[in-house]
Amino acid sequence: MTGATTGTPAAAGPESLSTTALLRFATAGSVDDGKSTLVGRLLHDSKSVLADQLEAVELASRNRGQESVDLALLTDGLRAEREQGITIDVAHRYFATARRRFILADTPGHVQYTRNMVTGASTAELAIILVDARNGVVEQTRRHAAVAALLRVPHVVLAVNKMDLAGYAEPVFARIAGDFTAYAASLGVPEVTAIPISALAGDNVVTPSAAMDWYGGPTVLEHLESVPVAHDPTEDPARFPVQYVIRPGTPEHPDYRGYAGQISSGVLRVGQRVVVQPSGLTSTIEGIDALGQSLDVAWAPQSVTLTLADDLDISRGDLIAPADGAATATREVTATVCHLHDRPLAPGARVLLKHATRTVKAIVKEIPSRLTLDDLSHHPDPGELVANDIGRVTLRTSEPLAMDAYADSRSTGSFLLIDPADGATLTAGMAGEAFGGAKGQGAPSAEDAAWDF
Amino acid sequence: MTTTAHLAGSISGSPYALSHLDVLESEAVHIFREVAGEFERPVILFSGGKDSIVMLHLALKAFAPAPPPFALLHVDTGHNFPEVIAYRDRVVALHGLRLHVASVQEFIDDGRLRERPDGTRNPLQTVPLLDAIETHRFDAVFGGGRRDEEKARAKERVFSLRDEFGGWDPRRQRPELWQLYNGRHAPGEHVRVFPLSNWTELDVWQYIAREKIEIPGIYYAHEREVFRRGGMWLAAGEWGGPRDGEPVETRLVRYRTVGDMSCTGAVDSDAETIERIIAEIAASRLTERGATRADDRLSEAAMEDRKREGYF
Repeated sequence: MTGATTGTPAAAGPESLSTTALLRFATAGSVDDGKSTLVGRLLHDSKSVLADQLEAVELASRNRGQESVDLALLTDGLRAEREQGITIDVAHRYFATARRRFILADTPGHVQYTRNMVTGASTAELAIILVDARNGVVEQTRRHAAVAALLRVPHVVLAVNKMDLAGYAEPVFARIAGDFTAYAASLGVPEVTAIPISALAGDNVVTPSAAMDWYGGPTVLEHLESVPVAHDPTEDPARFPVQYVIRPGTPEHPDYRGYAGQISSGVLRVGQRVVVQPSGLTSTIEGIDALGQSLDVAWAPQSVTLTLADDLDISRGDLIAPADGAATATREVTATVCHLHDRPLAPGARVLLKHATRTVKAIVKEIPSRLTLDDLSHHPDPGELVANDIGRVTLRTSEPLAMDAYADSRSTGSFLLIDPADGATLTAGMAGEAFGGAKGQGAPSAEDAAWDF
Repeated sequence: MTTTAHLAGSISGSPYALSHLDVLESEAVHIFREVAGEFERPVILFSGGKDSIVMLHLALKAFAPAPPPFALLHVDTGHNFPEVIAYRDRVVALHGLRLHVASVQEFIDDGRLRERPDGTRNPLQTVPLLDAIETHRFDAVFGGGRRDEEKARAKERVFSLRDEFGGWDPRRQRPELWQLYNGRHAPGEHVRVFPLSNWTELDVWQYIAREKIEIPGIYYAHEREVFRRGGMWLAAGEWGGPRDGEPVETRLVRYRTVGDMSCTGAVDSDAETIERIIAEIAASRLTERGATRADDRLSEAAMEDRKREGYF
């Protein structure tokens, strides 16, 4: 393999592929921004679109009377989407290069689909936000940036698209990149990578543009392949929600009692003193079984089974944390939420709150404000939140929860509200303050901008 | 291009890095354990195909040293590869598992289903599947479906709620955020669970290689009597093929997917080892279903339609 070509699965040996890292990322932008074309281009130029898929798209393009192949059709999934020419739902795309495996959550961009972008961003380590070079940063761009900031997506990429329609002019790109970076900083986004592209022509998506020699940075794919994915888990609080208690009770394992779960953040070690929440009982980690392999150290996001030195009453829903670094268990939760369901959420609502592996009853006490993502303005006492609204909510739970601030842990700082009557997922919640140090009035100040991942 | 400059992010850079297979394995195990923790009567759909084999392997790892708290359910079209049935029975015996079989043939014999003119039984699996779910009151049904397989599946959730008719309504899906899976369901409803949602065909094969998992021999290159239909090599066999004018020949082939014999095509291949299978798939220019499944070629929305009816 030479350095001159971007890796493809075909170019990589099986061995190199089995040791590549995984990057989950999300894209946000409207049809008009060329998002589907970008995604199609990314898949096509990285040789991730296979012959039969391309044939189907060529056929569909012809059936619609289009002369050239419409790469946007690659990402249309459902019949209703094809009929209406829009993306309704989050679609997941999978592709690989010699260096990485990618999971793309492709989310629609219109305001009525904010919930979908929130969904896609919730698991993303990187978000690509598209703008049209002719329009620059618009209301929708600010909304997308706010969602990425709210969900604390670690890496944000601004793809300034349609540079071909802006004369491939550097000043156009520099102005938009400057506007966006300043706005993102005000939201607490620590780092933005801006890339000038033409998804239609293929400039700087996979291969470097011949028309923009003033740009010396990576293409979109090069950036996706090189952005750090493995951050240092030792900086994070160790959190282990217990999913299931393994008790074989067999002649070979008469007394075995293992706590099965996935380390949601941080690092666990054999010999570590731990506390079980919410009971407050303490013990020491005696063994870590990582799916058949006995380890001294394990870290997020590994699924493991812990054994403890003491025989404690531990069950699903408990949370194991370091004895000297546990979250405070509370029945009062203050959070920023995105309402997802078509039935509005109002104060007084009795709901179920699902946090990590624990589900408890909760009452919505107050909805102090609704947030307009376009300009981050707060609207006090909205009365209710409707689908796609972002707002502040206070809740009281039936039992204490060891909940972290979302700023400290995306996994143990997040929760769902569920309708106890029909089981519908109502609302997505993020505990603590929204954005990097937002105080609840207008745009947050830049001084508390840094995030802690 | 700046190849070397951008290698900094490769996983060798951090002592805490995990490979994509490690991450996918941990995610799937998490899903199995969530279901074990929240459902009363889960079952694993097990066809003896590679995806269901990987699912079972993950389930065995997730609950070791205890056995997985799930039974297996095979929806049997009656058009089986004998090697696959032998494999199924061996695995069930080896791990002391409980196997339920929902038989398409039985439904045809007693008139609840009618054979299709084209002889394909894949779409007929839905009725016996839903009948078994109702009879045994299964509340969670693990399927090996992957989102990379097909565009309707690309929009599927990990926890996919099915109504009392087993139907999938893509517009009424619950949003799925973080790793918080909502498995609440009313009596009579059930949840389909897809632990391999984020795996690709290549991931499955790399994982089989890494874990040294035994798979049925038909996945490896072998000589077989086949005939050409719809651009695919179908196996000559008791299920009905070939028709007049479909000459049979012996070719070196292997299977990329295992399904009903009447609509699962073999591919020309000399890959006799798992390493060569991986190399072959990495270089393939056709998707798994495009290469081997006649039933997905029917229309742009063939899978979407089958899923709405309650298919896997």
